[in-house]
Amino acid sequence: MKIAIASGKGGTGKTTVATNLALLLGERGENVVYLDCDVEEPNGHLFLKPSIDRRIAATIPVPVIDESKCTACGECVKFCQYNALVRLGKTVMVFPELCHGCGGCMLLCPQKAISERDREIGIVETGRACGVCFANGRLNIGEAMSPPLIREVLRQSAAAAIAVIDAPPGTSCPVITSLRTADFVMLVTEPTPFGLHDLGMALDMVRELDVPHGVVVNRAEAGNIDAESFCAQRQVAVIAQLPDDRRVAEAYSRGEMVLTAVPSLRRHFETIWEYIRGQVHA
Amino acid sequence: MKEIVIISGKGGTGKTSIAASFAAIAKGKAVLADCDVDAADLHLILKPEIRRRTEFRSGHKAIIRKNRCTGCGKCAQVCRFDALHDGTTWDAYPEVRYSIDPVACEGCGVCVRVCPADAIDFPEETCGEWYISDTRFGAMVHAKLGIAAENSGKLVTLVRSEAKRIAQEEGADYLLIDGSPGIGCPVIASLTAADFALIVTEPTVSGDHDLRRIAGLAKQLGVPAMVCVNKWDINPAATREIKALAQGHGISFAGLVRYDRAVTEAQRAEKAVVEYCAEGVAMDIQGVWTAVLDAINT
Repeated sequence: MKIAIASGKGGTGKTTVATNLALLLGERGENVVYLDCDVEEPNGHLFLKPSIDRRIAATIPVPVIDESKCTACGECVKFCQYNALVRLGKTVMVFPELCHGCGGCMLLCPQKAISERDREIGIVETGRACGVCFANGRLNIGEAMSPPLIREVLRQSAAAAIAVIDAPPGTSCPVITSLRTADFVMLVTEPTPFGLHDLGMALDMVRELDVPHGVVVNRAEAGNIDAESFCAQRQVAVIAQLPDDRRVAEAYSRGEMVLTAVPSLRRHFETIWEYIRGQVHA
Repeated sequence: MKEIVIISGKGGTGKTSIAASFAAIAKGKAVLADCDVDAADLHLILKPEIRRRTEFRSGHKAIIRKNRCTGCGKCAQVCRFDALHDGTTWDAYPEVRYSIDPVACEGCGVCVRVCPADAIDFPEETCGEWYISDTRFGAMVHAKLGIAAENSGKLVTLVRSEAKRIAQEEGADYLLIDGSPGIGCPVIASLTAADFALIVTEPTVSGDHDLRRIAGLAKQLGVPAMVCVNKWDINPAATREIKALAQGHGISFAGLVRYDRAVTEAQRAEKAVVEYCAEGVAMDIQGVWTAVLDAINT
């Protein structure tokens, strides 16, 4: 079972929900892996504090041109959708950072002058943390393209029965890549105009992807029903409301888990898990 | 004209609240650009009146022409993005075996090229819309990326260059850019060749960790940066550490912004924090703006 935690707006509490849910499942003896797919700014390790036992480079294949064979016919340049190949006089130059690694240029070069090499875009780290298998990706600084690295992180779920996927913020390609294979998406929001506006965009996204989903309201304030009325209007279930509690904010600031720092909130994570289990197995 | 980008690395640190206040303070002297195109929020405060709306077309998507497909499977052999799925049955077209997952398709065109039956169409995609608007503080360029659409980096580049053109035409002093979280494609597109970056962080382990990465990116791109700590009083010890960290990276300090519920109240009132109140957190943000101007002008 793959559970993804996403949000639209950043900083609403995705990592808090994802790490604590993974920890709860680990404590219950489930075979669970936490996958940090926010490869631009991975933070899960700051809370789960895993011991990392393996680091592997994530790469994408990029073209290498054999100048002795290249006639600068320009077929590859015309074909490339990403402008990663440019003809300059009698040579073709490769801009590897623009290449998506589709392999088209190599396939169609009439002179067979193109081969491929692996270009590193980041690393995948795997390890264990208090009963939870752990994997994250770290995009190299200056690297624009995160989806291939995210796909590599998602591959680390093979041995686990349950994967908890911590998605990046936003609604564009990195998020879509993280959610594509999920069985359930939990959207985390906060009861502010920005939080709810971006929740609306995230809802459009998960409905387009056609994945079962629900909402967790974080930093819920007593008496404020903005989030509930928004969710009722958009016909999405509110699964849990984590109260706006300074102890949670302070624990977060120090890298502590909610389950340990504020044990009274544990029941919310249990509710979240029971709901998802019911939805996915139903 | 100086181009100032507000970024954060970590999401939800307060970029947009600070950008909206900067826009209010620099009223009449700045053009505004919301470059967080896949979770844009600045318009919720600035209430833009849209003057011009333009479709954003970028990239292509492969689509099977069912009446021509022979089911040979060459497309699936060459696709590296796992976008071609076997096992589709169409009652009307028994030969068609494959379907293309539009979400997985990267628009590379390899399948289109290898198909022997010319059975894959490759239309240009509409990925969203972008707008030129008027606000009470000045002109604003913003956008909405389509649902599950790609090419956010290209849309950011477009928004930014249009905003820059308007700023130059109007003789504005500043172009204020509200950036997106992260360090990837849209952030690189909003930061490259800007005059100055203000990094908004928070005193948490995540804020600290993410600051290192976004500061590294600004340095790599050669954009001078300053950092301010939002909600600094949530954890004063962590704030001190961030200050030291910034110094270690050669990034100067733009100031501290206190945690204050007035920030959320201002958001609910659809006002910039400095419009909503004059004291406390509003003074803090004013102080950060002054520090940014001092840094730009020296």
